[in-house]
Amino acid sequence: MIPTSFEYVRAGSMREALAAIAGAEGVKVIAGGHSLLPVMKFRLAQPARLIDISRIAELKGITPRGKGARIGAGVTYREILESEILQERFPILHEVTHTIGDLQVRNRGTIGGSLAHADPASDMPSVMLALDATINLRSKRGKRAVRAREFFKGAFVTELAEDELITDIIVPSLPPGAGTSYTSFEQAASGYAIVGASAVIARKRGTISHAVLALNGVGEMAFLVPGADSLVGARGEAAELDRVAGGAADGIEITGDIHAPADYRRHLTAVIARRALDTALQRAR
Amino acid sequence: MKRSVILNVNRIARTVEVEPRSLLVHVLRDDLNLTGTHIGCDTSQCGACTVLIDGQAVKSCTQLAVQVEGMDITTIEGLAPSGALHPMQNAFWEKHGLQCGFCTPGMIMTAVDFLGSNPDPTDDEIRHAIEGNYCRCTGYQNIVLAIRTAAEVMRAQSAAGQPTSEPAGESTQRSPLPAAEPAGAGV
Repeated sequence: MIPTSFEYVRAGSMREALAAIAGAEGVKVIAGGHSLLPVMKFRLAQPARLIDISRIAELKGITPRGKGARIGAGVTYREILESEILQERFPILHEVTHTIGDLQVRNRGTIGGSLAHADPASDMPSVMLALDATINLRSKRGKRAVRAREFFKGAFVTELAEDELITDIIVPSLPPGAGTSYTSFEQAASGYAIVGASAVIARKRGTISHAVLALNGVGEMAFLVPGADSLVGARGEAAELDRVAGGAADGIEITGDIHAPADYRRHLTAVIARRALDTALQRAR
Repeated sequence: MKRSVILNVNRIARTVEVEPRSLLVHVLRDDLNLTGTHIGCDTSQCGACTVLIDGQAVKSCTQLAVQVEGMDITTIEGLAPSGALHPMQNAFWEKHGLQCGFCTPGMIMTAVDFLGSNPDPTDDEIRHAIEGNYCRCTGYQNIVLAIRTAAEVMRAQSAAGQPTSEPAGESTQRSPLPAAEPAGAGV
């Protein structure tokens, strides 16, 4: 399978890339290309022009930012796995990245590409929601910062405008002693999450002081579970976790497909959400 | 419209005329005649087309040749430039890490990248590392054994200060890649 013909432009800087995508028709942006090239090979996407942003230095690098971190949009999954800063500060990023794709895909795929693509099954969006990350965008018109919690709009739909690029992701510090977990149940052949759950829980003197749960794979986009708030002030007993996990998909239109009909996916959501909460709680200090 | 692109393949700079849409695997096989890199699924699942780009394993069916302009590409042919097998190749031979052999080049390239960052892996780690390489003969048991064996050999060579692919040491680099082939040796 070969894509249709296109013009290829390798952008050397953000300025060049933004100029190339501003006001242009039929343009697609490529970094690792592991989401885009497969759809181009199937000819589901037939861009007239491809702007390669993979060598733009400004999009690279993982740096500490206060007690949090800045992750360049062009950072690959491999670089996330190899980052000591992230491993120490956000073990959930290490945990989730280990489950993404396979070794070869992790060598090429980028965090910015994954967020911009916004596949409903993609693992990273729910982690970004749980960590309350901010996604920085830039266009010729200017810069803006969008919280992950306002970024995802639907299946493969985000807040990103046609002329914008993601520059970096800012992950704020976790509450002291917080425990985190990314837990997923994958479709065996593709490795895509049928259900994925990201949990962050902190405790103070035996009482939960911070609790966030986000899910991916369940509906048309990753989402925060509002009910997790109710764990704050609780002690994290089994019945309390059961209640939050059991109602995690309330009000969500659950996806059904050949791998997991909606009823089964609803059941799995409760199971996986429960495991993520449990693990995060156990890891909280 | 074709453009001229320089690819550093197996440490030799090769100029190829490619369309932007040309996939790396096709350029390697059809233009450069390096048919050791196989095409299996053509949908970035099976890993038969895995090559190293700047030392990292990549599925060359999901890579445009123009994207890797100027980068170092190593194919299975580049692991044994002077005919002496890489320890990974030797281990696949010795431990019978293949049945039909179709997946073997991709398996080996992935394993070489993997051992570069994890020289002493557990069997579980090896299995996780090759999850993007399918063996449709299901010969995984011996593939894992071969990779474990290669890891032992490479650790021993590394400890002894030997390079990984040549029996007599001229280079003491710890890289899993063999020493450079003399320019112009040709393929």
